[in-house]
Amino acid sequence: MLTFTLRRLILSVPTLLFISFIIFGLLQLAPGDPMAQVPLTVPPEVKQKMREALGLGAPWYVQYYKWLIQFFWIEPKVFIDYLTNSSYLLGWLPDTNFYKDELRVISWQTRSPVMDIVMQRMPQTLWVVGLSYVVGIVIAIPIGIYSAYKHYSVFDQAGTFITMVGFSIPPFFTGPLLIVIFSVYLGWLPSIYDTTHVVNDWESFKVQFFQMIMPVMVLALQTTAQISRYMRGAMLDNLNQDYVRTARAKGLREGVVVMVHVLRNSMIPVVTVIALGMPAIFGGAIITENVFKVNGIGQLLLTALFANDLPMVMTLTFIFAILIVLFNLIADVLYGLLDPRIRYD
Amino acid sequence: MTEQAIPASPVEADIEVFGALKDKEPQKPPSSQWRDVWDQFRRHKGAVFGGGFLIFITLGVIFGPWLWDVDPKGLDIRNKNWRPVINLLWDSDAKAGWAHPFGTDQLGRDILAQMISGGRVSMAVGWLAMALALIIGTAIGVLSGYFKRLDFWLMRFTDLVLSLPILPLVLLAVTLFRQPLNARFGPEGGMFILIVAVIGLTSWMQTARIVRGDVLALKEREFILAARSIGTKSGKIIRRHLLPNVISPIMVSATLGLATAIITESALSFLGVGFPSDYPTWGKLLADAVQRMQEFPERVMLPGIAISLTVLSVNYLGDGLRDALDPRIRGR
Repeated sequence: MLTFTLRRLILSVPTLLFISFIIFGLLQLAPGDPMAQVPLTVPPEVKQKMREALGLGAPWYVQYYKWLIQFFWIEPKVFIDYLTNSSYLLGWLPDTNFYKDELRVISWQTRSPVMDIVMQRMPQTLWVVGLSYVVGIVIAIPIGIYSAYKHYSVFDQAGTFITMVGFSIPPFFTGPLLIVIFSVYLGWLPSIYDTTHVVNDWESFKVQFFQMIMPVMVLALQTTAQISRYMRGAMLDNLNQDYVRTARAKGLREGVVVMVHVLRNSMIPVVTVIALGMPAIFGGAIITENVFKVNGIGQLLLTALFANDLPMVMTLTFIFAILIVLFNLIADVLYGLLDPRIRYD
Repeated sequence: MTEQAIPASPVEADIEVFGALKDKEPQKPPSSQWRDVWDQFRRHKGAVFGGGFLIFITLGVIFGPWLWDVDPKGLDIRNKNWRPVINLLWDSDAKAGWAHPFGTDQLGRDILAQMISGGRVSMAVGWLAMALALIIGTAIGVLSGYFKRLDFWLMRFTDLVLSLPILPLVLLAVTLFRQPLNARFGPEGGMFILIVAVIGLTSWMQTARIVRGDVLALKEREFILAARSIGTKSGKIIRRHLLPNVISPIMVSATLGLATAIITESALSFLGVGFPSDYPTWGKLLADAVQRMQEFPERVMLPGIAISLTVLSVNYLGDGLRDALDPRIRGR
């Protein structure tokens, strides 16, 4: 298992390189001049110098190489320094001071390092996305179990219909719909997610809780629909197996049969689906963040795109790619760990 | 041993002894495969409704402009902000009437006409992008399943594309290549080509994988061996023998592709990188209405419901097709 994990980890390096190359190539092919917003009174030779200062004069392979160095060598150094210097988790370690004022990936919009902005935005996205995923799974699994157990019952029919609907309604429709119902007509929930809100007592926690309900539920609806369908399918496959009959025949209680024997076997495919669905949820977060004005990385990507901020776009898209590759790897490893029939070695 | 002749098989002997077991005539007339598929499909109520609704909405957006010949771009500023005619039921003073059944927007454009023309674009994008993805996916799947030499590289390529972050990349491509294509083909045509191409090029991977798996299994069957033994060329084997047999997974992934294409196009328009406002699609209509949804919630609801119902019906259709085309389930 360990060799498999290591092999997959090593294989993911060329994958990531290829993806970064595709993103870089797209950005290179694209027209659009970062100097387009500079006033016309600036003489062309000055503009040319400004372009070179942004690193645009060099041939594409030099630019690509420099980006790779910045992203894979300089940024990790900064990150390790941050961890050992000011984070709670590893702050007790001696300060490493790896970073020696090399040029980092600089955003063209703000002239500050891209990764700093990403680190500021990441917690919002992780909170909303992560919580919605957890909520979605917690709702989905009981629904899936029960509707498989009561196959063709009213609950099953209704559950299948509702998950189908949840599957089909896009988040950019459920978002505004919920805002109209709960913010405009009922006035129960705020329509905008306030990220400057600080939680320090019960009252402010309640505010935080209420403002998180809608973005989390919109994202969780998609997750719930997908995972409960898989859960139901996996349970149905397992409920007709011989070992279930054996378990019943030897007199185990129904609860033990379903919740221990069947559930454990059905969770194998579902766990991998959960891992595989993670990147898609981040993609969906782009839309949800836009609807609820959460300033996470999805919203950052959109504003960077509109502002033609290529280093930021490149880095963010690549972060999404890393997430996908990472969760694919996790799904494969989990599958091997959970299912004794699967042996990779 | 007695004199009695030993029958060839006990079953035949039984049939001879017990005449009642004999079938006088075939129990039912032989039916073709597609007949069976249709019979199974009809039993899935959701799929029949879904298919019916999909045909209805497709025909509606194709022939709608002839039935409701109001110009969707025609401004009528005196009659702006009409409500849907249904509001008259509870509010007899509402600004509404049969002249504009779905109301008008803030510039006095008729919303029904906009919905029809927007649906035209959305559905066209959906169908074309789906077709493009199917063609690419089937080609790659068949090639990599049939030719061993290509298999490794094509499948590694598919895996690589599968791990691309699709939505960010689509956003990127659409924003970056909008200008040159618009200059070349006009703002509407350029955007249309771009979105269809981008969605098609990023959603063929599942089809390719499924088709490859099926081709790998079919390739070892006797009928392919027979075809090869009489000297059939590879191209002909693929066209005559393999493609007809993988048509069912292709049809199922076609429905999934149509649903994702419609949603992706609407999402792009919603995020403001899709079609321009004067050439609206359902997603763009929804996005434009969001700012004023407090006063006019119906302008969000109408395109939203249109998108959702279409995608829902396509998903149900796919569900039913999957059951109907699976010979293991059919007839149960």
